[in-house]
Amino acid sequence: MAYKRHIDRLPIIPADAKVQNAVCHYCIVGCGYKAYTWPINRQGGTDPSQNVFGVDLSEQQPQDTEAWYAPSMYNIVKQDGRDVQLVIKPDVNCVVNSGLGSVRGARMAENHPSTVTGTQGHRLTDPLTWRYGSYQQTSWEDAFDLVARVTARVVMDGSEDDLIVSMFDHGGSGGGYENTWGTGKLYFESMKVKNVRIHNRPAYNSEVHATRDMGVGELNNAYEDAELTDTLVAWGCNPLECQTNYFLNHWVPNLQGMTSDKKAELLPDEPQEPAKIIFIDPRRNVSVNAAEQAAGPDNVLHLPINSGTDLALANAIFTHIVEQGWHDQDFIDAHTLREAAEHPAEFPAKGASDAYPGLLTSFEDAVEANRMSLEEAAEICGVPADDIRKAAEWMAEPKEGGARRRMMIGYEKGIIWGNDNYRTNGAIVNISLATRNIGQLGGGCVRMGGHQEGYFRPSEGHVGRPAAYVDQLIIDGKGGVHHIWACNHYRTTLNATEFKRIYNHRTNMVKEAMDSVAGQGRDALVDAIVGAIAEGGLFAVNVDIIQNEMGSQAHVVLPAAQQGEMNLTSMNGERRMRLAEKYMDPPGHAMPDCLIAAGIARHMERVLSETGNSDYAANFQGYDWKNEEDAFRDGYQSAHPDVTYERLRAMGTNGFQEPPQGLDGETIIGTDRLYKDGKFSTDDGLARFMAGPWRGLVTPGKQEESESYTFLINNGRSNLNWQNWFLDQENEFVTDRWPYPFIEMNPEDMAENSIEPGDLVEIFNGNGATQAIAYPTETATRGETFMLFGSPRGTQGNIVSKGVNELVIPVYKQTWADIRKIADVPEAARHISFKSKEFRF
Amino acid sequence: MTKCNRLIDAGRRQFLRGGMMATAGAAVTTLAGTQEAKAQAALARVDYPASRLGNIGELTENEPLDVSYPDDDSPGVLLKLGHAVEGGAGPDGDIVGFSVLCPHKGWYLGYNADDRTFNCPGHYSRFDAEAGGQQVWGHATSNLPQFNLRVDDDGEIYAEGVDELIFGRLSNTL
Ligand code: SF4
Ligand code: FES
Repeated sequence: MAYKRHIDRLPIIPADAKVQNAVCHYCIVGCGYKAYTWPINRQGGTDPSQNVFGVDLSEQQPQDTEAWYAPSMYNIVKQDGRDVQLVIKPDVNCVVNSGLGSVRGARMAENHPSTVTGTQGHRLTDPLTWRYGSYQQTSWEDAFDLVARVTARVVMDGSEDDLIVSMFDHGGSGGGYENTWGTGKLYFESMKVKNVRIHNRPAYNSEVHATRDMGVGELNNAYEDAELTDTLVAWGCNPLECQTNYFLNHWVPNLQGMTSDKKAELLPDEPQEPAKIIFIDPRRNVSVNAAEQAAGPDNVLHLPINSGTDLALANAIFTHIVEQGWHDQDFIDAHTLREAAEHPAEFPAKGASDAYPGLLTSFEDAVEANRMSLEEAAEICGVPADDIRKAAEWMAEPKEGGARRRMMIGYEKGIIWGNDNYRTNGAIVNISLATRNIGQLGGGCVRMGGHQEGYFRPSEGHVGRPAAYVDQLIIDGKGGVHHIWACNHYRTTLNATEFKRIYNHRTNMVKEAMDSVAGQGRDALVDAIVGAIAEGGLFAVNVDIIQNEMGSQAHVVLPAAQQGEMNLTSMNGERRMRLAEKYMDPPGHAMPDCLIAAGIARHMERVLSETGNSDYAANFQGYDWKNEEDAFRDGYQSAHPDVTYERLRAMGTNGFQEPPQGLDGETIIGTDRLYKDGKFSTDDGLARFMAGPWRGLVTPGKQEESESYTFLINNGRSNLNWQNWFLDQENEFVTDRWPYPFIEMNPEDMAENSIEPGDLVEIFNGNGATQAIAYPTETATRGETFMLFGSPRGTQGNIVSKGVNELVIPVYKQTWADIRKIADVPEAARHISFKSKEFRF
Repeated sequence: MTKCNRLIDAGRRQFLRGGMMATAGAAVTTLAGTQEAKAQAALARVDYPASRLGNIGELTENEPLDVSYPDDDSPGVLLKLGHAVEGGAGPDGDIVGFSVLCPHKGWYLGYNADDRTFNCPGHYSRFDAEAGGQQVWGHATSNLPQFNLRVDDDGEIYAEGVDELIFGRLSNTL
């Protein structure tokens, strides 16, 4: 039986409940919510005067009502040490989501820890250290002391290169301006750590170097542009599942023709129709189906290309558009580099260096280098030439009367975690630039995004480009101390089978050394740890909100607060910055990451001074933050003095769009779109085109892998659960539906391999093995599967090869393996539905 | 009450486009023997009426019968699946009843007889009639509220409870 809460009544929010701004921290969209809290011993009533909605709650409320909340939106939490009732529900007045919640965000309340309702009981409440052969709670002072002593010793004996750091770089929980600053100041200002990586990739690099090098920041439009455009392009992304309310609240209305009034008002001088939409994805994902429902199938074009061939497709579309003369020569002349760059010796096979795998050059040079016919591309991509032509027409053919077609491209992990990231990213931006679709109403060439953003750190210039391949350093036995901030490599890295094996071994060496000096005091403990490190061991410090697999190998575990348990600023996919207010206490002694970083810094200073390294110790000053606002002032606000907590709080869930442009009274003036003035983010303000012809599957080993195994193991997210399931693994509603990761397979492929729906299968190749339950999917192409990423019960990364591209960006998407049945449907999955995920009326 | 008019407009439009009147939408149902529900403040759970929703004889396999429960303002359906399911009532253990207000934003669900799912024209969620209303895919944070059914010797079908909070009410009995 499906999971049911058996909750048939909820306390009513009283009229005088405290109301605070919340922003969903589960994805980049950053939907606005409101958090209502009130004392445990009170409740509102059904009479309009007794509830916060001012409506008669003894009556059934209508569709889309604001005056209803699901059991998942309710909890009992601590606020200033007292139990209070909490409701977190979508904010109808937020322009991002207009009152829509999603299956992730609408569980925010339920996903907070509660000692009363028992939710999220796995949240860390105290620092833990490895002691007496297991994890024991300890004080912050004790934990900081051990971290600082071992770190200082290793860095002083060797160098800062012996400290490896894995840290978030995003917004929302486990991130945000406060926390990226706290950690950034510690590792990039007090120290200059260069063996550093980001939460979802094995190096400290951009996922979209190309667009930045071309002068086009990747979040350059406004969500409103999706309402105004003529053609939406979803390239390697699945917006209904991964940017849910952006798609539902801004794309779908345009597909349905619901935005015609706004188009007529803002763009009166051109003909308008409901938008068309193009999907470029090897898989028919649920967004395609939803778009067909919204726009009618004739207005949806899905190009199910061969995995990893996006570059050939983009170059063919670019070529066709230019051949038809649909590019905007005036714009190109005025706003882009007009002289071709010198061609490097090994071009076109390579760029000037690994740091620049493509060539930044003029329009004409790029057209020449990238020339690809529709027929050639059809052959490579495995889709009809006529469909590619149609895509080019939908993207750029002028509208009736000659008006320029407005087109917006959203791209994400299909490109980012795919073959030839740099050139492909550039080839996509080429199309938008040539057709003047950057900085224009209804335009944009943007990342769809994963988390919100919230990056403010000292320069990372010392890290270098290409950056160090940190996971490989660890596998190779390098580094002595590993500081980890909200990262779980065990679920979200490539080559995970080997990584885990080595990581377990190296950290176990240190655990054994610690066990061997039990009771002998701090100096003996530090000596034993340092001795084990000298033998190849690794001392790990894990900062997280839960004890995950990384923490289970760490020697010190530090409990962090998440959003809602601290004040936190972030921006969403249209650069909309908000302050998500603190409405409850963190569990136990957990603290904001920025204050944990400050604690480590203060103890580093103390330990270094005590050991006679006062010069170096002085680097660790300047962390006298009492709270997260102090960290915000020290970081973000130092560069943008107008942006204060007070003003942000007053601006609610709509906030302002970065960058700030000054003040209008107490209101921060924002920037709706970047590059409206045609000045791009390069030294001369001119955008670059990318010359980067198709060169096959470039990641070492991928071509051979594709030829050696039967199935493409495409992979990604599902609507239901968030990234690596850190909270959702303890959310029964989620684990009831996905007790195991699914792998979508064509039913005929399943039959051929004697696999029944729900059977547990092993997916294996030369890199390792993992498991999933088979999910029959009629729309899956034969020989192509899609596996849910980041699951605790079957890590897709186990079978991803170590191959990365020149800039050390992983290539999760192109993975091939064989599949065999291991077991009949596991008990936990017997009750689940195996029906199509596609809405069918 | 402030409402998001934009969403409501989108709803109307989609309603017409989807042609959903054909299926389970009708909220008007004649109930025999429904007792007025009263809030029972002293009880941990609400006290449900035992309401007669219909008779087995009225059910055709895989054709939803419109009902309301626990009161007229809460539309639902009865469904005879033709094979036993967990939570199924009746001699064959195959009769189920569900609320048809989507637990996401309260749109009317339509029944797809081909794969026996409830589908929401609001934002594309779908629920499996044969798996206790499990959300196959969607935005709701609960599975579809199901009625606890009892069938007596005469084939009379009674509902006596609901296992999730019904959309649009903060108490299942108003
Ligand atoms: S769409 Fe994203 S930001 Fe909005 S509620 Fe869902 S998870 Fe949260
Ligand atoms: S009301 Fe949104 S999916 Fe049903």
